[in-house]
Formats: sequence, structure tokens, C-alpha cells
Amino acid sequence: MGNVIELKNVDKVYSGLIDTQVLFGIDLSFEEGSFNSLVGESGSGKSTLLNIMGTLDKPTRGELLIAGKRTNDLSKNKLSELRNSTIGFIFQFHYLLPEFSAVENVLIPYLIGRKGADRSSEKRADELFDILGISSVKNNPANKMSGGQQQRTSIARALINNPKIILADEPTGNLDSENTATIYKIFREINQRYGTTFIIVTHDRRIAEETDRIVEIKDGRIVVEIKK
Amino acid sequence: MLSFRIAVRFLKSGKTQTILIVVGIAIAISIQVFVGLLLGSLQKSLVNQTIGNSPQITVTSATDIGSIRDWENIVESIEQLGLTRVVSVSASANAFVRDKNANLPVLVRGFDFEEADRIYDINSRIYEGGLYQSRREVLVGQDLSEELEISVGDKLSVLSPNDSVNTFTISGFYDLGIASINKSWIIADRRTVQQLFGFDRRITSIEMTVDDVFAADSIAYEIEQRLNNEDIKVENWKEQNEDLLSGLSGQQTSSTIIQAVIILSVVIAIASVLAISVLQKSRQIGILKAMGIKDLAASLIFIYQGFLIGLAGSILGVALGLGLLYAFNIFTTNPDGTALIDLYIEYEFVLRSWLIAVLASTLAGVIPARKSLQLDPIEVIREG
Repeated sequence: MGNVIELKNVDKVYSGLIDTQVLFGIDLSFEEGSFNSLVGESGSGKSTLLNIMGTLDKPTRGELLIAGKRTNDLSKNKLSELRNSTIGFIFQFHYLLPEFSAVENVLIPYLIGRKGADRSSEKRADELFDILGISSVKNNPANKMSGGQQQRTSIARALINNPKIILADEPTGNLDSENTATIYKIFREINQRYGTTFIIVTHDRRIAEETDRIVEIKDGRIVVEIKK
Repeated sequence: MLSFRIAVRFLKSGKTQTILIVVGIAIAISIQVFVGLLLGSLQKSLVNQTIGNSPQITVTSATDIGSIRDWENIVESIEQLGLTRVVSVSASANAFVRDKNANLPVLVRGFDFEEADRIYDINSRIYEGGLYQSRREVLVGQDLSEELEISVGDKLSVLSPNDSVNTFTISGFYDLGIASINKSWIIADRRTVQQLFGFDRRITSIEMTVDDVFAADSIAYEIEQRLNNEDIKVENWKEQNEDLLSGLSGQQTSSTIIQAVIILSVVIAIASVLAISVLQKSRQIGILKAMGIKDLAASLIFIYQGFLIGLAGSILGVALGLGLLYAFNIFTTNPDGTALIDLYIEYEFVLRSWLIAVLASTLAGVIPARKSLQLDPIEVIREG
């Protein structure tokens, strides 16, 4: 399988009164369909790295290739299109739009790229609600669900466009251990069923142990790579 | 379209905020419509009272004789221009009528009745008796009839400046609504006057009305150019009513200023409410951007909100403004119970005000929309 994400010698410097370099010469790639974790202490630069891989942030130096395509020179609109079609985000907070129901939230990424929802997208949303076990709350307003249900809805939203890549930043950070275990089981299932590449940022070693490859980052540099 | 759907949901989610701003805008627009229509009506009735039933352009002789000989050709030339509504010729002369112990000055006006009636609306304002049927009959105004204490059917002696006396029968009394006319005009057939005062076939004035009274000066100018005759002069009502016109234009200016200020306040109100909305919804916008919504679509959310608020507010405002105007008309009356002002609802003005309000509201959305462009999804995600 080819690489779906490739970082070549990536530096990230935040300029301000004092320039702060948070990433140093990162060379890293992820194979299509792989299941990875990115671990490190808080402030190690793992979230910044994830944001760069998600094209939400730009590297100061170095290159980022997504699905073989160099992203450095892409316009803001092209990056938006790329994110919409290729990348699904899951954050520590669900960030559902409280003005919409669960299923409407899930369909938003689909609608961003198109004129209206069709039967196939609605069918896919139903399928995802099934897999995630939240079919019963599908029509609830987004703010009238439990925390676990909200996070699962946000996972369905990340998956609706069948993205190649899921970037998850502490996706279970706000959930209890039971919900956490269920979510990782679901991630695995999706990874196997759809061949989606997962990159999960976590500071929890035990969660990382469950993935096929652990990349550890410390002070902006990759220090350990464990591949099972 | 997604942006539109999100705009609608955002407005619905902040119901109180939305209702308050819509009502605020409705009130502002209602005042605009109310004031605009009221001042417009006031203007129209002022103009109507001044020049409504009188000629707006008059052609008279510029020579010492004071009369025009070749008037048929002049009338034909004017009518060919096609700029006038009514063209009426008149032969008029000063004379006296005998009161018990004095002579009263009068103006004997000889009309071609059909045309003159279209200018002065005489026929419908004969309140006693009827129109003259022969060259021995005349119409007398209300004030003069009261002063002379005469009745329909009485004889009236008219002294011309050359001391000849002619006696007429009074066929009826008119009331043209203007005391000075009612007191001085004796209305007769043109040929009666031509004969009585020795005009032969000559007349003294050609009077005209036009469709757009405010264009009377430019039409008068064109007529002057067309006739190109030094023996006659062309005058229009605007020259003779400069005070009224400057009053009207002052009123128009203040009306325009009021409307501009109202639209400005509508724009500021919408822009500030939506600017707050951008802050309130920054999380949502941030996450939408992370999911790939483009800047244009994200800004459209706020422009649509401006449009929707403006649409609702202005429709409500127009309805409210018209309601206010009718209420004003019902509750403010003259002592005799008639309305203080004759209402002229200019639908074009209402439509224009409505369109401007919607357009301005939509444009007001541009300010928060630009603000939304600066929203970086990372900021939102980092803040959690």
C-alpha cells in the first residue's frame, strides 16, 4: 500500500515577540489503511503535527503530501476541498452544531461539497448510525444527547464522505472508560471495513498500545517509532 | 443551499435576538415609510392647491397691444410638440361692474369652454344655475355674487374701459375655491369677450397644463424655442412660485435626510447584531471550516442572515408604516371632520423604500461576513 500522508523535513515556528519552534525536521509517513497513534506529553507538538497533517495549519518549512499530492502551494479553497473529501476530523470536543439534529450534523460535510443530500448519502448516514449504535437518537437535536452519543455522532460526521484519513485528537478525552473502549472498537471496525487510515493523538499509553504503530514525539522531534 | 440553511438555523436558534432586531428594523422602516409618504402627500396637496386647477404654462403677448393675432398657428405648433395635456385659448379684459354706489373691477374671461374646463374644472363647480348658453349670458363667482347681492337670472352691467356698457344675464354661480378668482372673474364665451372688447379675432393668452408639473419650466423653454417669436412670452408656474418651490425642495431634502439616517441606522443595527453573532457562532464557523466549507460559503451565512432580517423587518415595517399613515389620517382631522391631509400613497416610493431596506440589510451582512473570513479553525479547536 502507498503512503497516504507524507511529511518531509517539516519545521513549524510560531512567530511572535519571541519565535517558538515547535516542530523540528519531521520526516514521517503513514500507509493507506494503517491504524496509528501519535503519543507525547502535552506541549510536545503532537497536536500541531496533527493540524499540519489536516491542512488546518501550514508548515514553516518542509513539505506535506496528502494522497501523493503536494499541499504547500494549494490555495485556501483547494485545501478546503481536499479536507472535505479526504480527511475526517474527530476532536476531544464533539463540536456538533447545536442548531441541527444529529443526522443533519452528520450530513453537513456531505452538503459542503454538494448541492443537496441524496438517497445514497442518507443511506450511508443510516449505516454509520447503525455501526456507532446511535440510531435511536439520530433525530435528536445535537445538544439533547449524552456526551458519548455526541462524540459518536461527531465520528459519524467525520466518516460521512468516506475519507481516506481520520485524524483524531484525544477523541475519548472527555469520555468514561466504557465509552472509550467502545469507541476504539468502532475505530478498528471502520479501519477494517472501509480501509480508512487512522492517526490518533493521545497521551494515554494504554490506548496507544492498541494501535498497530506508535509514533512518539518529544519536544518537537520524533523520538520512538514502534511498529507491531 | 447549505449556507442558507445554516443562516436560517442560526436565526432560529437566537430567537429573542432575531425578533428584537426584526422589530427594531420594522419600526425604523415604518417611520421611513410614514414620514416619506406623509411629506409626499403634503407636497402633492400643496402643489395641487397652488396649481392644480390652473394653467402651468401661459403664453401671452409681449407687445404693447397685449393680444395675439395669429394664435391658431401658435396653438398648432404647441400641440405638435406633444408635451402638453390641455391647450386652451382665452380672451380676457379688465372691466367694471356696477354695484349700488360704486364700480367694482373685474376680469372678464372669455374661454373656449371645453378646453378651459379641463384646466379650471369649472363645470363641476357651478353650484347654482348653469353654464352660459348664449353670448348674452355669463358666469359669476361666489364672492362677487354675494357682494353684489344678485341671483341667477339677474342682469349684470359690464363697463368696458372704452365706456361702453353691456348687459348680460347671469346664467349661474361658480366657486373655484380661490377667493380672489371668485371675486373678480366673470366667465363668458371667448367670442362674447372678443366682440365686447373689440379684440376682433385676437386673443390675450394661451394657457396649458402638462403631465409632469415639475417639468413645466423645461417644457416652457421648448415651447419658446419652437415658437421663436419675439412678440410673445412664455411663462410657467415655477417662475411665479419660487417661494413655494424652495419650501418644497427644503422639505424634500429633509425627507431624504431622514430616510438616509434611518437606512444608516438599520445597516448599523444589523451589522452590529451580526458581528456579535459571528462571535457567538465562531465555534460553529470554525468547525465548518475544518470540515472544508469555503470562505465564500461561510461568509454567505452572514449575508443571508442580513438579507433575511432585512426582508422580514422591511415587510413588517412597510405594513406598520402604512397602518400608521391610515391611523394618522383617521385620527387627525379638520374641525369639519375631513382628513387633515389628502393621502397619496406612492407605491413606487413604498416599493423603493422596501427594496433599499432589503439591499442595505444584505450589505450590512458583508461586515460580519468579512469578520468571519478571519476566523481560523485552529483557534477554535485550540480553545476547545
